[in-house]
Amino acid sequence: MANYTMHMLVCSGTGCKSAESDLITANLEKYVAEANMTDEVQVLKTGCFGFCEKGPVVKILPDNTFYVQVTPDDAEEIVNEHIIKGRKVERLLFVDPKTEKMVSDSKKMDFYKKQLRIALRNCGLIDPDNIDEYIARDGYHALGMALTEMTPQDVIKVVKDSGLRGRGGGGFPTGLKWEIASKNDADQKYVVCNADEGDPGAFMDRSILEGDPHSVVEAMAICGYSMGATIGKVYIRAEYPLAIKRLEKAIEDAREYGLLGKDIMGTGFDFDIELTFGAGAFVCGEETALIHSMEGERGEPTTKPPFPAESGYWGKPTNVNNVETFANVPVILLKGADWFSSIGSEKSKGTKVFALAGKINNVGLIEVPMGTTLREVIYDIGGGIKDGKKFKAVQTGGPSGGCLTVDDLDTPIDYENLIAKGSMMGSGGMIVMDEDDCMPAVAKFYLEFTEEESCGKCTPCRVGTKRLSELLELITDGKGKMEHLDELKRLSRVIKDTALCGLGQTAPNPVLSTMEAFWDEYIAHIKDGRCPAGQCTNLLQYIISEAKCVGCTACVRVCPTNAITGTVKKPHVIDQAKCIKCGACYDKCKFEAISKQ
Amino acid sequence: MVANIQLTEEKFQELEAFINSLPTTKGELIRVLHKAQNIFGYLPAEVQKFVAKKLDVPTAKVFGVVTFYSYFTMVPKGENDIAICLGTACYVRGAEKILDAIKKEINIGVGETTPDGKFSITSLRCVGACGLAPVILVGEKVYGRITPDMVKGIIDNYR
Repeated sequence: MANYTMHMLVCSGTGCKSAESDLITANLEKYVAEANMTDEVQVLKTGCFGFCEKGPVVKILPDNTFYVQVTPDDAEEIVNEHIIKGRKVERLLFVDPKTEKMVSDSKKMDFYKKQLRIALRNCGLIDPDNIDEYIARDGYHALGMALTEMTPQDVIKVVKDSGLRGRGGGGFPTGLKWEIASKNDADQKYVVCNADEGDPGAFMDRSILEGDPHSVVEAMAICGYSMGATIGKVYIRAEYPLAIKRLEKAIEDAREYGLLGKDIMGTGFDFDIELTFGAGAFVCGEETALIHSMEGERGEPTTKPPFPAESGYWGKPTNVNNVETFANVPVILLKGADWFSSIGSEKSKGTKVFALAGKINNVGLIEVPMGTTLREVIYDIGGGIKDGKKFKAVQTGGPSGGCLTVDDLDTPIDYENLIAKGSMMGSGGMIVMDEDDCMPAVAKFYLEFTEEESCGKCTPCRVGTKRLSELLELITDGKGKMEHLDELKRLSRVIKDTALCGLGQTAPNPVLSTMEAFWDEYIAHIKDGRCPAGQCTNLLQYIISEAKCVGCTACVRVCPTNAITGTVKKPHVIDQAKCIKCGACYDKCKFEAISKQ
Repeated sequence: MVANIQLTEEKFQELEAFINSLPTTKGELIRVLHKAQNIFGYLPAEVQKFVAKKLDVPTAKVFGVVTFYSYFTMVPKGENDIAICLGTACYVRGAEKILDAIKKEINIGVGETTPDGKFSITSLRCVGACGLAPVILVGEKVYGRITPDMVKGIIDNYR
């Protein structure tokens, strides 16, 4: 048997795979083989490291060297230099933008220093396709413990005491949910894992399934034991082929090892998992809609009660939890409720995974203790705003959430604080915006999304979201009136109060929160006919600076409407009446003589 | 694929065999539609009627489900499907400008296919490659950090 002294971990999450990480792995294997070191050096494909901005990432153990933006051609040098000669390939090391120094040890990078990885504990560390590696990291130990040493009530008590709350957005106490489902007697009960990640800009569930699928499989079996269910179902997006493949492999291997199926570990407990594919509908994140979709119907929500815990899949008691929630469960059982509840803030325990994206230097997947401030997330972990621009807002909670501003930078992030600020935790998307982002346009972007994704069952949501997005369209087109703002507020409140499900009830949040924090911008669009961020095309004016224009006529030639006039070597002028604001001249000008105002 | 567009007898037989292999058809409409789209490449009225008959449900119900979910399409995709991510991360990094450039380059809108069947445009909500935003996919291949200027060059690869 090979006795490895070194491991080369190659990220094969979706981001890095898109940048040819498979070819990097193949090349590394090739050069390791050429050096006759296959018994000493292991090349491994792992799940997401989280540092997507600098992908593809290759990490070398035991010394934790972290190579960034590796290309397939770099493989030879890494093997020859690092593995054979023991010298680090300096040009591939991460350079700290603040100190401009190279950092080779990932543990010393700002991006990782403030993180605490519980749900992502195995992502980027183990080969997700290898069940033995999961077991070596205490995998399935929690299931064994639950089945042999604990009663179902004991398991529920630990989860309840830990303070774990639903990570899919709502934040409902997980243990309580399990307890309710356990108390409803039925001949058949179901455990459902919601892997229909629909929030545009959130990809943590996908990364967990791709990087550590067994943690979800194990947790579902534990949940099944606690509530008396023998069938587990994962409702997963068909758009996630890699996650599906890895999950299918994990389920198959667990069956082979007797960790799923009949009489698990000889305890008489039966549990098995099957996959159900979603087909792309955001509303299916709502648990009743999800259940209807699993039954092959349109994914339309129904009123609660009855809750799924009483009457869910085919009318049987059903417990629905999100991927990240499940991923926390095995560790909680192993390390205890006290350990978990010692992390986080008063009412929000443990950690939360966020997908940090947008105008930020370090785009990626991060996991921090609840109660971490926005400032720490954006400036310490995220490395600040891209291109040295000014921070404007961060959008959390996706289409159901709202914007947090400069004033909220020192607010600890937890369920309660986000709701108090008019946003919500949601699934954990965190989109950072800078001074160039127009807030009414952002609100419009989200409302167009909910309008399209509204299932159409209830009128407030179906018609209301359409009206909201029409009003926002008028404002961003420069046709807004002051009374539109009152109408936006009134309609938003009506939708919040009367919509049937979470999708509709939270749909106005992006409007209300941007109006609250960026009232001036709305006013500027309406009263001054101006978009302060310079994003709304209809409110823009392209102007040629007389001083800077050299009269090269390049802009005249690209203008599709012949709106630019002027003679050679003399400053040109744009006829605003003819200009369609396509920006072609702006892009073409080499002398920065054209400005947007 | 253009070749897939023909609704051949063999394809219907393949779908029928799949439906017959299911232990129960109760609640399996979406699974059957996934398979059907996999076989035919899209879900035209003929296929929907066939599914309705086999599962003994009204055609209107099948149509209702097909039109509800964005993954199902009633228009055949082009030989090269260009999928553009319009998730929030890509949006704030300029995805709309990329979409405009693609539309201009091949003269069709989202959800449409060029007359020669070569290209189609699909919009996606988050591929999960936000580090590479803005992102487009041509078939399975991912192109990241693209600018409007790069669009023509990428499309030319498939012409």
